[in-house]
Amino acid sequence: MTEQSIFGEDFVKPEEKQYNTLNLGPTHPATHGVFQNILQMDGEIIISAEPTIGYIHRAFEKLAERRPFYQVTPITDRLNYCSSPINNIGWHLTVEKLLNVSTPKRVDYMRVIIMELARIADHLVCNAVLGVDSGALTGFTYMFQERERIYDLYEEIAGARLTTNIGRVGGFERDFTPRFHEKLKEFLAGFPKRFEEFDSLITRNRIFMDRVVNVGPISAEKALSYSFAGPNLRAAGVDYDVRVMNPYCSYQDFDFMIPVGTHGDTFDRFVVRQNEIRESLKIINQAYNNLPEGNFHADCPEFYLPKKEDVYNSMEALIWHFKIVMGEVDLPAGEVYHSVEGANGELGYYLISDGGRTPYRLHFRRPSFIYYQAYPEMIKGQMLSDAILTLSSMNVIAGELDA
Amino acid sequence: MSDLKLVEAPEGIQGEGFFATSLNKVIGMARANSMWPLPFATSCCGIEFMATMGSNYDLARFGSERMSFSPRQADLLMVMGTIAKKMGPVLRQVYEQMAEPRWVIAVGACASSGGIFDTYSVLQGIDKIIPVDVYVPGCPPRPEQIIDGVMRIQDLVRDESLRRRHSPEYKQLLASYGIV
Amino acid sequence: MALNNDIVLSRLQEKFPDAIREAYINFDQLNIEIDPAHNAAILRFLKEDEEMNFNYLTDLTAVHMPEQTGKEIGVIYHIHNLYDNYRLRLKAWIPESEPVIATASSIWLGANWMERETYDNFGVRFDGHPDLRRILNVDHMEIFPLLKQYPLEDSSREDKDDRFFGR
Repeated sequence: MTEQSIFGEDFVKPEEKQYNTLNLGPTHPATHGVFQNILQMDGEIIISAEPTIGYIHRAFEKLAERRPFYQVTPITDRLNYCSSPINNIGWHLTVEKLLNVSTPKRVDYMRVIIMELARIADHLVCNAVLGVDSGALTGFTYMFQERERIYDLYEEIAGARLTTNIGRVGGFERDFTPRFHEKLKEFLAGFPKRFEEFDSLITRNRIFMDRVVNVGPISAEKALSYSFAGPNLRAAGVDYDVRVMNPYCSYQDFDFMIPVGTHGDTFDRFVVRQNEIRESLKIINQAYNNLPEGNFHADCPEFYLPKKEDVYNSMEALIWHFKIVMGEVDLPAGEVYHSVEGANGELGYYLISDGGRTPYRLHFRRPSFIYYQAYPEMIKGQMLSDAILTLSSMNVIAGELDA
Repeated sequence: MSDLKLVEAPEGIQGEGFFATSLNKVIGMARANSMWPLPFATSCCGIEFMATMGSNYDLARFGSERMSFSPRQADLLMVMGTIAKKMGPVLRQVYEQMAEPRWVIAVGACASSGGIFDTYSVLQGIDKIIPVDVYVPGCPPRPEQIIDGVMRIQDLVRDESLRRRHSPEYKQLLASYGIV
Repeated sequence: MALNNDIVLSRLQEKFPDAIREAYINFDQLNIEIDPAHNAAILRFLKEDEEMNFNYLTDLTAVHMPEQTGKEIGVIYHIHNLYDNYRLRLKAWIPESEPVIATASSIWLGANWMERETYDNFGVRFDGHPDLRRILNVDHMEIFPLLKQYPLEDSSREDKDDRFFGR
């Protein structure tokens, strides 16, 4: 007697299961930036993912070979555009290392204040947007208002909100104005309370925790092997922070902790970023209260643009300004690698100069590019909505991904 | 009394229970004040757009309360950020999926003309592949500038003739881009 | 004992005597130029040896120097020992006519995309890489753009007026 299936001929036997292919395309409301993932799914569970990037490749490295070092600063802005002062100051530190210029203490403390403000701004974006992706839209509205206050502070120094092009080789273009002091004091007085309000809404919220605990985990060994850096690595349990390991800009003078997680899952990344905001506030307070007197720039007239009042009024200053910006001043030959702790981790600049007016080779060590390659492994076996939250919590910035 | 400014009704003849005006004025007013944008945010201008959407600059008061991420339900394609050559076909596909009437605003220097990235991998302006209505320069433009761009689109929408999308000039414009 | 420049250099020289071509100190950091045929062995030794223990690959990139005939493309490795906080730079020069070198992606998983980017920009083929294809540029691009002979701008543009660009 032949075996008759009781389910009819259309029933798919288990060994003939087919998987769905889903395109999490370059344009998607929840992927913050343009990167594509082609997911193989078994129902709702993800079997494998294949990422494609390069949708915003702007050829920074080739472009930098054409531009004198001051003209490279606006390019570095556009790497991690949520925290552009860190990129600018990192580039200026690299050039200062090559030129062997040492900056006065006041410049270091001013740089620390600006960089920590940028770090707070970037972590606010990441965490607020992670809240939005899990459905909590209120936090976004409130935390973006805080970002507006930080933009106000940048505007006092650099004149621009987002892509700041802040600072010069050797320091800053102007000292902190009295209005900046007022605004910074207001910010430091009011921000902690509002931030704790945001924290109380989300961090211990039952619904949020159910959505993010044990989602997208990665172990510390895997994270080190994938060259993770920044909050993603610290959430996995490794306390590697460039500010502590290779201090630059007088970071050794400040007393701060490095928040570290245990499981490397989305919840740990969120909480590590929240705690890093608190630590950054501590650093800003320490730097601001102990701001030393001194000059706001180093004494290196070959590389530091002259004062704007002189440029507008005296011919020599105008010519000198023109020469430096247009690259008539040569960089000394040499090769240097310098890294700063960006909001996403170790942001490195590898500069090879052949003594000409532009870098011979400039390579950016971009943390988002490096840790995004671990994404398929982090979401394997999870559900689609978990994959979206993992992506948001990793803080992949498209500008830094593709350069 | 609040000092909210509401949109004024177009000129017309009013009476007990009726209001007579011309159709394209009413449709123009309705369309202009309820644009559903599709934020095609690729890079830094996208973050300025997020600030524009936030509570300080609030794009929602202009009728753009619902950001549509699906092109089928959107009126206004806001291209914000650099479009690389790899992204060009994607942008074109999104534009083709939008239903008429549709408007395009190029926010930022990169979307308008390639910006500071005159390189082998960046598309020098999105008007190489899709027709653009309003260009907002800036790198990135301030939120006030983005809102000004949206208000210029509103002016275009309010005064557009209802038959424009079926006119031979418009068809010729689309044909010049290769969009059928 | 904590690592320093002398210990690393002497251990490498005793283990791979013919693979170390040159070593110099630059901004307090040791730079070693190695023979590209031995790069996988050297990198594996540096990672797995208990004293060396370079557990973090900071960066992997390349540089093109067309004047050095026979050694035009240099593959540069920056590695970091997080336990002792010691950084090292390794360089391996390969000829542009035959740019092949062994992969590091079996040693550190993070080298995977770094090597794809190096292939995309310079044409360096990494032997043993699981998936070597373009990552940042469009897939149908035929040239390797970061080599010095290729221009920055898109040469097929017709709308640039040379009068305004000083050409």
